[in-house]
Amino acid sequence: MKIAVCVKRVPDSEARIKIGADGKSIDETGVKFVLNPYDEIAVEEALRRKEAAGAGEVVIVSLGGAAAQETIRTALAMGADRGILLQVDRQVPDPLVAARVLADELREGGYDLILFGKVAIDDYSHATGTMVGELLGLPSVSAIARLELTDGKGTAEREIEGGIEVVEFSLPAVLTAEKGLNEPRYPALKGIMMAKKKPLEVKQVSLADAGVDVVGITLPPERQEGRIVGEGADAVPALIDALRKEAKVL
Amino acid sequence: MTGVLAVLEQRDGTLKRVSHETLAAARVIADATGGEVDAVVIGPEDMDADGLGTAGADKVFLTADDGLALYQGASYAATVTARARSGAYAAVVVGATALGKDLAPRIAARLGCPLASDVTAIEVDGGIVVTRPVYAGKAMYRLRITAASCVVSVRPNNFAPVTVQRAGTVETLAPVTGGASAARTVLVKEPERAALDVAEATVVVSGGRGLKEPEHFALIEALAGAFGNAAVGASRAVVDAGWRPHSEQVGQTGKTVSPSLYVAIGISGAIQHLAGMRTAKVIVAINKDKDAPIFKVADYGIVGDLFEVVPRLTEAIKKIRGN
Ligand SMILES: Cc1cc2nc3c(=O)[nH]c(=O)nc-3n(C[C@H](O)[C@H](O)[C@H](O)COP(=O)(O)OP(=O)(O)OC[C@H]3O[C@@H](n4cnc5c(N)ncnc54)[C@H](O)[C@@H]3O)c2cc1C
Ligand SMILES: Nc1ncnc2c1ncn2[C@@H]1O[C@H](COP(=O)(O)O)[C@@H](O)[C@H]1O
Repeated sequence: MKIAVCVKRVPDSEARIKIGADGKSIDETGVKFVLNPYDEIAVEEALRRKEAAGAGEVVIVSLGGAAAQETIRTALAMGADRGILLQVDRQVPDPLVAARVLADELREGGYDLILFGKVAIDDYSHATGTMVGELLGLPSVSAIARLELTDGKGTAEREIEGGIEVVEFSLPAVLTAEKGLNEPRYPALKGIMMAKKKPLEVKQVSLADAGVDVVGITLPPERQEGRIVGEGADAVPALIDALRKEAKVL
Repeated sequence: MTGVLAVLEQRDGTLKRVSHETLAAARVIADATGGEVDAVVIGPEDMDADGLGTAGADKVFLTADDGLALYQGASYAATVTARARSGAYAAVVVGATALGKDLAPRIAARLGCPLASDVTAIEVDGGIVVTRPVYAGKAMYRLRITAASCVVSVRPNNFAPVTVQRAGTVETLAPVTGGASAARTVLVKEPERAALDVAEATVVVSGGRGLKEPEHFALIEALAGAFGNAAVGASRAVVDAGWRPHSEQVGQTGKTVSPSLYVAIGISGAIQHLAGMRTAKVIVAINKDKDAPIFKVADYGIVGDLFEVVPRLTEAIKKIRGN
């Protein structure tokens, strides 16, 4: 099993977002960056599949600045074999731009499986993996919470509103991981030590024109702090009154 | 290019509510540019796409094929893309549902145009400008589309359906297959409990660790039942504890919801939970801790023991709703 996992360096989910001086990006000072949580699930799945097959290779691919090396090392510490950084010096403004660069890297790789997270928790595009599948002409299933693989064929389940879609496909395939697929392992100290010695190749890449311009990034309107209508069950009539007369939602 | 292609969504041959929102979003662009809205409907043979003129469609392209009754990513994308190519549209608009989040990137990749996902507002100002939440709703991007065409997926519950007088003429659109190697959806399983989805419901009643035991979620279900049209949501704490299915989780690693009313019960209001519900129109919180962060975003709060407050609230809602 030769498996590629695409991973992205993103601000930690606890990070406070501040707008940068240009008004078009976030201020990264003091922000902790992590391996995108859904990509962690994808890495875990790749490791389990390789372990089950008894042989193979798990390759981590990331597109980003030099700092993304750290993110790749985190995946290597979990147990992946080697990493590739597709280095760029600016923000990737559209998922198709990222997907094209990733697809170019993956196309000749001879992978049986190419895994992604379902969404990156910074840009929330929910798109890159599925786009790579299309660009490579491979079957793809997004946001999977269950996966079975046997003899070059697979069945995946993805949750839809009020149901679960069961999707069949053959390998090679592109899959994007949803929470619930597995519980990612924490890198052990030994893994962290070993990761430092694993190969990490850096390639400079250039980005195509995106066809979108960032006009600006703003903080969402603060919700007006509301009010406590009262204490205990006796406050219920006051709440009902507010919902009917002020909020008009009843 | 002035026209817009709206991709509508059906389940079991019935159009979903989000389809009307998708048409409304498409009209925002078309009305500003003086273009028309064409709609694509892909569904089973007995699919009926009449009467969409009043929801904003000038023309409806209907692909009625039993092989496409269930969502088939590659074939749906190939069929929509074929139509998009012959129409030269300024935008293809899709609802950002489970289906749309899979379909929109496929269309964008095939057309080679940018994708704006989960858009909450659209303006036309010498071109299309969209607003979309990023960083788990902690910031908003405004993006100007500079490409000749684009794909936009719109977040459910953000574009109010319109009532207009348009032709809504139905034409047949031939299906295009996604290719032999494509993945195939073979069935849609019923979830363990058939319930309204949190991401689609107009009222969401969510419970957290304050409920103490999984059995006590009966209180949450009873309140949701009293509203009649409410879905049950949950915090990650209770999903991780195995009390509730992941499909009900609201938040950064769960679903993003924007209902007209969100009721948070026994939920502290961690930043990752707020990420999933802060765009709700009205938020109500019931918590015994007056300093719980949930009260910072709630429009109305009751400080108190949920085991006393919720049954009383359920009775009151029942009286109003008459059920
Ligand atoms: C990467 C990451 C992603 C995450 N994603 C999510 C996510 O998607 N969704 C999510 O919800 N969380 C998420 N979390 C977890 C989040 O940080 C919180 O731990 C979680 O939301 C807490 O759930 P809770 O409010 O139910 O529990 P608690 O924080 O324990 O709150 C329970 C509340 O119940 C109240 N209470 C107790 N008894 C009563 C009573 N009798 N009557 C009234 N009130 C009572 C308490 O005052 C308290 O405020 C994530 C965390 C991380 C690190
Ligand atoms: N710059 C990137 N480098 C590597 N993988 C990426 C990058 N951007 C997105 N991805 C992958 O695509 C998934 C979905 O991202 P997105 O479409 O941006 O929400 C992520 O979970 C990653 O697996």
